[in-house]
Amino acid sequence: MSKVLLLGDEAIAQAFIDAGGSAINSYPGTPSTQITEYVIKSKEAREKGVVANWCANEKTALEASLGVAYAGKRAMTCMKHVGLNVCGDPVMNAAIIGTKGVIIVVADDPSMFYSQDEQDSRFYGHWAMIPMLEPSNQQEAYDMVFFGYELSEKLGTPVLYRIPTRLAHSRAGVERRPALPQNKLNYPSDPKSFVLLPVNAKRLYRDLIDKQPAFTKSSEESGFNRYFEGTDKSKGIITTGIAYNYLLENFPGGKCPYPVVKITQYPLPFNMLNKLYDECAEIVVLEDGQPFVEEHIKGFLGKGKPVHGRLDETIRRDGELNAEKVAKALGMKVEQGPAVPEVVTNRPPALCQGCPHIDSYEAVIEVLKKYPEGRVFGDIGCYTLGFNMGAINTTVCMGASITMAKGASEMGIFPSIGVIGDGTFGHSGMTGLLDCVNEKANVVIMILDNDITAMTGGQPSSANMKLFNICKGLGVDPDHIRHIVPLKKNHDEFVKILEEEIAYNGVSVIIPQRVCIVENKKRIAANK
Amino acid sequence: MKKDIILCGVGGDGIVSVAKIISDAALALGLYVKQSEIHGMSQRGGSVFSHLRISSDPIFSDVIPEGKADIILSSEPMEALRYLPFLAADGTVITNSDPFVNINNYPDMALINAELAKLPNCVAFNANQIAKELNARGNMVLLGAAARFLDIEFDELEKAIRNIFGRKGEAVVDTNIAAIRAGRDAR
Repeated sequence: MSKVLLLGDEAIAQAFIDAGGSAINSYPGTPSTQITEYVIKSKEAREKGVVANWCANEKTALEASLGVAYAGKRAMTCMKHVGLNVCGDPVMNAAIIGTKGVIIVVADDPSMFYSQDEQDSRFYGHWAMIPMLEPSNQQEAYDMVFFGYELSEKLGTPVLYRIPTRLAHSRAGVERRPALPQNKLNYPSDPKSFVLLPVNAKRLYRDLIDKQPAFTKSSEESGFNRYFEGTDKSKGIITTGIAYNYLLENFPGGKCPYPVVKITQYPLPFNMLNKLYDECAEIVVLEDGQPFVEEHIKGFLGKGKPVHGRLDETIRRDGELNAEKVAKALGMKVEQGPAVPEVVTNRPPALCQGCPHIDSYEAVIEVLKKYPEGRVFGDIGCYTLGFNMGAINTTVCMGASITMAKGASEMGIFPSIGVIGDGTFGHSGMTGLLDCVNEKANVVIMILDNDITAMTGGQPSSANMKLFNICKGLGVDPDHIRHIVPLKKNHDEFVKILEEEIAYNGVSVIIPQRVCIVENKKRIAANK
Repeated sequence: MKKDIILCGVGGDGIVSVAKIISDAALALGLYVKQSEIHGMSQRGGSVFSHLRISSDPIFSDVIPEGKADIILSSEPMEALRYLPFLAADGTVITNSDPFVNINNYPDMALINAELAKLPNCVAFNANQIAKELNARGNMVLLGAAARFLDIEFDELEKAIRNIFGRKGEAVVDTNIAAIRAGRDAR
């Protein structure tokens, strides 16, 4: 077959379709979004009857995958690294169940191109005691989906599949394989296997422990982890995922003189690591992420031969890995182009011209002039950029606007205003609003409704068209659920509504409603 | 053959399309390709970039190391300067000279032009003006100007444009081809 040019994300998506995947349930999060989007847009997937859905959040998405697995079919759930926190519960317990046919794809974001932290998902996989895959290039990203399903079904375990931004969002030629049929509907053979009552769970946890040697054996024998002999044994090098490419980049023709263990599958292949340790004077660990492997092999006491990496800051601990950092760590010369001239100024991202959030924030800024002690608790989305306008005081994690506003108001911060988008409200704002209602918190919650999940490129928002009824259903007094169209001409009315709701002692919800300007352009173009 | 190209500009100006066209042409020629780009929040009027690597030998890193880029192709003059640390000693900068001013503290153009003039190999011209006459986009004109540095036959770029824009209709294909030809002839 000829090669097709695919993003790492797209290679995973195409492999999911080709490997007989039946359902992909995900929540958008850059840099993982393009996987599910590709399947949703794929004609091939549609013709095969593949289910492809955006869900309310990562937890609901992964639980749907467990349902798919219960039916004996191949499932995938994709998310960004922080999304893995949201579905930590089903991840840990899917591991205990030994769920077959589930791949959990997590896109980590070293250097925080799109995110609020650099957490490394491999710690989760290790904690859950499940096999992990970390491809080093787009072709492996494709091939490892096939392998991941085989591994999952053969050994009875979900598989955590980790990619960093640079693989997710980089294209290369990928060769496809002949497509496999989907699995037939097949109920679990053991009726107790999906019932985590303590009596079953104790047995299943023991099963998971007993499976560990088989997981390691696969890591040592599958062929994805490789030991490359080297002539210069002054150093032994361990690479994980795409770090392998950054190593080879430094040697003409990719001919590295040092012995190398290339890791793309976990648990760690102990036989290869032991061999490297025995043969070489010192070890250098190259990983694009946190020092996961380094911590494991160095141990708490750091005895034995020297092990260098991010822990001892031979490589800076924060930020993504690259070829230059690897070169420095190996004591090689690093090239440099001209410096950035001083005249160059920053060009930060900003809300688009005509964005409805600008009008909402202008109203908030004006009202807050009267309340210098008041605070605005922000959330995750395009509207986080309101910080650059001086409109919000916090951004922490999905949904924290509403709940932080509640906590702060109970400590006397007045007014406490929460600002959240419609997409994020559907993801994890609703439960926080219920807390506010139950505690009669004195908060004003603004749900910026732009009719779409905008920041990730325009996925449907789960609470779309339902915001009023959701708020009412959660117990917000309908008289204090207010709508406004955020436009310049409505500025005075917006300010008045805000002032009225600040004056009301209780839970108020204001819903500024106007479609995202980018989405609107797309819709107009589509209707032409 | 090996070409490492930094494509840069401002979110929304279509540098990713240029990267796709070159990639498509290179892949059709049986070359190895890696093209890395940044999506999402950085697109909202901020500085954006894409790393494009094409080679007759396997490519390792998805990103170009500093000091190794053969070409910086920029749709905006200040953005061209921002990525200079990637430029190889014998590398070439090809940039639009028309600034995109969406920040209050955009520097004096005379200072930017002075920095561009210091570069040993720099092609700077107003691609937007040429594009406007053709009702096309500046990025395609720039691609035309870059063509002679790419070691890819011009016909192959035209084929790639047909391939990528074909489903949008003949008019779109023709406009884009006219734009890259105008860019080629302008420099």
